[in-house]
Amino acid sequence: MIEQDFDAKKKIRGRVIQPGETRGRVLKSPVPVGFFGHLDPESGIYRETGHPLDGISVTDRVMVFPKAKGSTVGSYIIYGLSRSGKGPAAMILEECDTIVAVGAIIGEVPAVDQIDISMISDGALVRVKDGVVSIEEG
Amino acid sequence: MRRGVTLNRLRSNIPDGWGDADKQRRVRTGEDRSMKLSGKEKEILSGSYGPGAARAMKILQALGHIHDAPDTVPVGSVQVSGVSYGNIGEYGLSFLEEWASAGSRVRVPAFMNPGGADMTLWKNLGFPAEYVQKQERVVSALQSFGVEPSLTCAPYHDGIIPAFGEHIAWAESSAVCYANSVLGARTNREGGPSALAAALTGRTPRHTMHVPERRLPTRLVRVNCPAPGAAEAGALGVIIGRSLSSDRDGGIPYITGTAPPAGPLRTTWLKALGAGMAASGSIGLFHMEGTTPEAIRDGGILEQAAAAGNQLEIDALNAGYGLLATGSGRIDLVALGCPHYSTEDLELIASMLEGKEIRIPLWIFVSRKVREAAASSGLLGRLERTGALLVSDTCIVVAPLDALGIKTVATDSAKAAFYLPSHQGARVHFGGTEVCVEAALRGDWSTW
Repeated sequence: MIEQDFDAKKKIRGRVIQPGETRGRVLKSPVPVGFFGHLDPESGIYRETGHPLDGISVTDRVMVFPKAKGSTVGSYIIYGLSRSGKGPAAMILEECDTIVAVGAIIGEVPAVDQIDISMISDGALVRVKDGVVSIEEG
Repeated sequence: MRRGVTLNRLRSNIPDGWGDADKQRRVRTGEDRSMKLSGKEKEILSGSYGPGAARAMKILQALGHIHDAPDTVPVGSVQVSGVSYGNIGEYGLSFLEEWASAGSRVRVPAFMNPGGADMTLWKNLGFPAEYVQKQERVVSALQSFGVEPSLTCAPYHDGIIPAFGEHIAWAESSAVCYANSVLGARTNREGGPSALAAALTGRTPRHTMHVPERRLPTRLVRVNCPAPGAAEAGALGVIIGRSLSSDRDGGIPYITGTAPPAGPLRTTWLKALGAGMAASGSIGLFHMEGTTPEAIRDGGILEQAAAAGNQLEIDALNAGYGLLATGSGRIDLVALGCPHYSTEDLELIASMLEGKEIRIPLWIFVSRKVREAAASSGLLGRLERTGALLVSDTCIVVAPLDALGIKTVATDSAKAAFYLPSHQGARVHFGGTEVCVEAALRGDWSTW
């Protein structure tokens, strides 16, 4: 039996927005993500025609995206996702704004920003802890 | 104009209030980038003042952190947004109720932005009962914190007028623009939770609009065409807002070549201009030569800063009108009062309508305080005799138009005209106040 190597391949340090430890598969959007009007807090499914996340569930995924866009009501969508159990495991961004910061805090979703997201691939298995993103696979 | 002022002087020798940014900005080390908290703020954060206040401090700390604020400033008043149930939805409501159950109270005067329904007249106006019940729960959750149910986007018409240079935490975008620009107060564009957090602690992180240096203009805007009325001012605002949207902090224009009319319409005009630029872009502050208080005090400095960037020349308002006029055919409702009308605005409409009767519904949105004042002065009666209605606690942008069966609206508000198609799926006839009143009297939108 081959022992799986759990040592992280890469560690990237960012800035803690909301602390917490979690592990999950990356769901990456290379373009900004809109919460209000696009993410349904009941289903966890993203809807925006032409957007790379269109039709995809964010539930239990580590969302990796450059920044948020749209209404500040988006904070309540992050809170709602958390409440319904359909929320992401964590959020990793290049640049955190008020929408995501407030949403991450009130929804208690671990969040890290100031991360060069080009170093993280879609589908990678990552661990997020205290502002450090460890890429375990992918 | 003080042409002799150089950019170097701007940095080294600038008047009181503009040059203290460096003093305010703490020198940071690579290790400690977090916002400095006072002893009391640390106590609030640790829960000594209850879990509700602790959550508020946690939100402010995170916002200070992402915006590189060195510390917090005390705020004189707070305007809380995220009041409309239609906007915040079930999760926004449950969040507010949960936070309210922690038993926190506001530490400074705080008041609400409009909600989604007139809490008194809703039945007669046809608002669905179920929706209104949800709206009542939002308002009572906020009231349990001690937030006043003023339910207005124009708190300055309710007598809440911040002083020049006063730090405040306001949230509704047109009110933010008015407070920063026309009153010279200092506020960022807050969201619902961040404003509530400011109310519960009496503080807000010191960044962006709270830092004098960040209030310098990003663009010189020359207006080369007339903009006499509120509708034209709104259309002008929409053009400026869109043109500056990629500037630092959403853009800060230094506007020359235009000025508000004298008399009671001055406020109306400035309100409409700011509302237009805040809606189409994310402008939270404008300076206007000879008009706004910071421009009057430090015009040369501001113009110098503005001249360092690109210039915007506006020769016509057609682009604004083209964007805002999306309607055709019959009108379901004529909507005035976005932002909420003042008593002076109501006087004007009453004189236009005197002795006449409207043919299609005319709703004029005002705060409940302005409505009450109109009721006791007899102004309400004068308006109602013509068939017009004063609607409070809500506005045309957030009311549930779909449920009310309203598909086409006529308005003098560039802000409403900008938002209605995207937010409400409604179409808009956009024109001057007199044109809208005339349309209500004639029963259609004639182009004549």
